Amino acid sequence: MNPPRNPLEAPMTPRRTRTRTLRAATALAAALGVLAATGCGLGSDPLAAGEGVDRDGSGTIVVGSANFLDSLLIANIYAEALRAEGFEVEERFNIASREAYVPGLVDGSIDLIPEYSGALLQYVHPGTDVTADEEVLAELEVRVPEGLAVLEASAAQSKDVLVVTGDTAREHGLETVSDLVPLAGEMTLGGPPEWKTRYNGVVGLQEVYGLEFGTFVALDAGGPLSLNAVTNGQVDVVDLFTTDPAIGERDLVMLEDDQGLFLAENILPLVREQAVDEEAREVLDAVSARLNTPDIREMMGRIISQRENPTLVARDWLSANGLA
Amino acid sequence: MNLIDWFADPAHWVGPDGIPRQVLTHLLYCAIAAAAAIVIALPAGLVIGHTGRGAVLVAGLANALRALPTLGLLIAAVLLVSPHFGSQLAFAVPALIVLVVLAVPPILTNAYAGVVAVPPQVRTAAHGIGMRPWQVLLTVELPCALPLVISGVRSASLQLVSTATVAAYVSLGGLGRYIIDGQAQLDYTQMLAGAVLVALLAVAVEALLLLLERALVSPGLTGRLRRLPDPDGDPAAAVPAAAPSPGRAP
Amino acid sequence: MTALRWLSDNAPIMAEYFLAHVWLSLVPLLLGLAIALPLGWAAHHFGFLYRPLVAGSALLYTLPSLALFVLLPQVLGTRMLDPVNIVCALTVYTVALLVRVVADGLAAVPEETARAADAMGYRPVQRWLLVELPVAVPVIAAGLRVASVSNVSLVSLGALLGVPQLGSLFTLGFQLGYLVPIAAGIVLCLLLAWLLDGLILAAARALTPWKRAETTA
Repeated sequence: MNPPRNPLEAPMTPRRTRTRTLRAATALAAALGVLAATGCGLGSDPLAAGEGVDRDGSGTIVVGSANFLDSLLIANIYAEALRAEGFEVEERFNIASREAYVPGLVDGSIDLIPEYSGALLQYVHPGTDVTADEEVLAELEVRVPEGLAVLEASAAQSKDVLVVTGDTAREHGLETVSDLVPLAGEMTLGGPPEWKTRYNGVVGLQEVYGLEFGTFVALDAGGPLSLNAVTNGQVDVVDLFTTDPAIGERDLVMLEDDQGLFLAENILPLVREQAVDEEAREVLDAVSARLNTPDIREMMGRIISQRENPTLVARDWLSANGLA
Repeated sequence: MNLIDWFADPAHWVGPDGIPRQVLTHLLYCAIAAAAAIVIALPAGLVIGHTGRGAVLVAGLANALRALPTLGLLIAAVLLVSPHFGSQLAFAVPALIVLVVLAVPPILTNAYAGVVAVPPQVRTAAHGIGMRPWQVLLTVELPCALPLVISGVRSASLQLVSTATVAAYVSLGGLGRYIIDGQAQLDYTQMLAGAVLVALLAVAVEALLLLLERALVSPGLTGRLRRLPDPDGDPAAAVPAAAPSPGRAP
Repeated sequence: MTALRWLSDNAPIMAEYFLAHVWLSLVPLLLGLAIALPLGWAAHHFGFLYRPLVAGSALLYTLPSLALFVLLPQVLGTRMLDPVNIVCALTVYTVALLVRVVADGLAAVPEETARAADAMGYRPVQRWLLVELPVAVPVIAAGLRVASVSNVSLVSLGALLGVPQLGSLFTLGFQLGYLVPIAAGIVLCLLLAWLLDGLILAAARALTPWKRAETTA
């Protein structure tokens, strides 16, 4: 029986020892050389043509979603609504964060993604002073990057909210975010990694509330890490979404955003103008006209507790609303 | 070039997010995982090589472990393990499980291959001078297998250093922090800095293990002895492979 | 029961993910081999190139994959979330793995074999293509097996960029806090790794008929 030979692991030839005198300069040069060779090989490769469906202009609409469930559900609703009307749809779900997918929309990687009005405005125009729902929407239309557009907003809302455990809330008598001010230095805040540099995150909490937390722990966007981290005590305060059914199910307390850092968050489609034509916009507008917060919470419950497939949940909702 | 600016910025060198702290955290995860993998895989590999039993299992198991997708394993471990631990451990334990799984196959296969590759005459000689099986294993086969064992540890460490970045995906520290945060914040410089640091660390760890190998491996095995002036004459006597075969042990 | 229902509800999408995964792991394997063959030949043929090429490719292998996925568009000018970035990154890793393997495989071709080819009047190119390369096939195939297994695992990281493949089941399961999609993804990844492994073994066997002759004789 031959020993399993792994070319990576077995020092097969005496030459292996020569790499020991690895000189950084030559190695780096060669590394770059290989990288360049690889790059060139691909640049001129027919693969690029074979792989790419025509994403610019005609045909397929590439629907993206952010890396949290709420966004995934809405993206499924958009995708299924468009499919039902005969559009070609491609899915590119679970893209990290706004910081990653908005440039992805600009460069044509995706064509459409569910967005949240306030958070999007704070991303494209940090430190904005508008707060009222309509003002946010009006401001957005002006501020979105060249080539992108926001469509009709829905009444459905899903906002960031700072959450503590019931125990923490009772112990310190916490009701609002301002109540955290005297305690923050001793506390750990958890949120998605992008929060560290976001205005509607660590930056705004400091500027608007004067909150300086002892430490910040990078978790996920209102997902299982965040939920676990606050319930097991890894963090004291965590960022979740108001639509998260877990807030009601577990002993968690939402802190009121008394200084209004988190703006109104109406759910709306952010699109690449060129890729989404008038007909597709009508479909999306019809979806937004029907979408509301209780429906989203109910669908989230089905997906999380009943383990239902988000696509099927989306289809159910569409047919119940006469959209498919 | 903003990468240079990034490294030159003193703010990146201090505090809990600073480079020294993240490098140490990164090394800590790698070291714990490597130690656990050695404790699991080395004895198993040696014993299987010594007895010749379970060889098929080694190859199959090592390959299956290698094929396990890191991301899937990490997420499964988080879902299964986290609820049973409090605070930092809730995510540290799953990340370590993934890293140990990654480090076991190279160490296991190399320990096994190292023992199997010991020349039969050497083993017979050891038996012949009255050594017990465990003595043969520990004082003859292990030292002879050491170059391969350490090379297994080396390739495991290389993979650990580049994969320990996943710890950051589940909220922990280490150099992955720069990469995950860089992606979430779309800060290419930060990501690039993280990637460069990981590569540098991998090279440094590799160099360190090579030094360790020099210190640990018997000079008789490497041939280095031959180049040294040896007043006692015949250096070949130090090479176990050259030992005369005494015939079958009783 | 919920698990079974989930699996049947999601069978079509899982099949889609599986095919995408096949594509994303296989293409880099072939491209990487195509690039590594000449590089490995150069490393073997010109002794002074061996060290920089092998050490350099080893260094490439230490680059963290997620960073490479995201940074490549900056280098190549591709779109940020394009699957092509994953293909490129994995090609880089495949090349990194295979350059040394190809060089060492060629180095292991017995001197007599090469001389015999010379004596039979083979030109250098012919000798390389028809004699040395085939003799090195088993070693190269062993390297390819390692690369294919590692590719299958690395492709799943593409889920963090929203590229649909089996890794999407991991992130979905994570968001749902549900193990079934994750387990299904892991099983399908293992299945794919096993299939690719078998494919490479079969190809290696077909390319080295004399090996079969040796073992059956």
